[in-house]
Amino acid sequence: MTRNEKKVFVLSVVFGAVLCVPQNAFAMHIMEGYLPPLHCVFWGAVCIPFLAGGVISIRHTIQRRRKALLLLAMAGAFIFVISSLKIPSVTGSCSHMTGTGLAAILFGPVAASVLGIIVLVFQAVLLAHGGLTSLGANTFSMAIAGPLLSWGLYKLGKKCRIPRLANIFIAATLGDLFTYCVTSLQLALANPSVEGGNAASAVKFLGVFAPTQLPLAVIEGILTMLIILGLESYAEPELREIGFLEEI
Amino acid sequence: MRNKTKIVVLSLVLVLLLAVVPLFVLKGAAFGGSDDAGSQMVEQIRGEAYEPWFTPVLEQVIGGELPGEIESLLFCVQTGIGVGVIAYGFGYLVARKKYSKAEKE
Repeated sequence: MTRNEKKVFVLSVVFGAVLCVPQNAFAMHIMEGYLPPLHCVFWGAVCIPFLAGGVISIRHTIQRRRKALLLLAMAGAFIFVISSLKIPSVTGSCSHMTGTGLAAILFGPVAASVLGIIVLVFQAVLLAHGGLTSLGANTFSMAIAGPLLSWGLYKLGKKCRIPRLANIFIAATLGDLFTYCVTSLQLALANPSVEGGNAASAVKFLGVFAPTQLPLAVIEGILTMLIILGLESYAEPELREIGFLEEI
Repeated sequence: MRNKTKIVVLSLVLVLLLAVVPLFVLKGAAFGGSDDAGSQMVEQIRGEAYEPWFTPVLEQVIGGELPGEIESLLFCVQTGIGVGVIAYGFGYLVARKKYSKAEKE
């Protein structure tokens, strides 16, 4: 990072922590108006440093790795497609996937957070899906926590020499599931159960989201794997440039 | 078949099965969104109806819920934008590989 960029980054952290003004509030799956204002502000503030880091990381990609721009656009588009498809699941209700695993594996979790928030804003403003007040909480679950886990698992798997495709599949699947676990926790924190408190209601929310999401997470894992398989065949120079194929 | 092709075909079949089977197995299920299931759970846990303190901006502007058809239109627009970019990318990459090989020969 240049000095200027560092300054901007630090400022953004201070801005988030002190002012707690979630201008970038985002929403994935928590419904508009369902979190108390204090929670909205808190989750929004948590997201700000990640988003600032993501903008810086994407700027670097644009300046220094022009070739990789196409991949970045495709990773963003993947989130668009995947998160717009509502798929029936075994529990008799529908849900959709997050698609942020691909961006996290290719470009790292902070870049993925920016791509994720674009989709969340689109859905919150135009589709009344999620909401502007819960934007911060939803950004945290879908665009930060999920990608962070995917990326961490992928790096770990690479060290343990898990075959690459299997590794990608596992990372993307669990990243998707984790998003919904975080959503459950966020809802539980806002709605403690009368008997049992937060923990009891966390279990209840997980009971709603987890079984529905499990098959979808598997689908997301498979699709992410397929996209990367395709990119490996046709976009070798780009993957080398972003360091994805360095080891070969 | 090549190994890679096998993986691709098998995975696609699996994806289709995972997505389509619930529709046929659970006949008569409502297939509402799990977001709505979430709202119901909020009410169940609180033991009272929860009044959201903020309604979506769009619903305030048009004064009511977004009609179902329009909602699916917007979801389709979102899918369309995404598919367009991905298809453009793969089209570009595949053609590049094909023709750069042809030039070398």
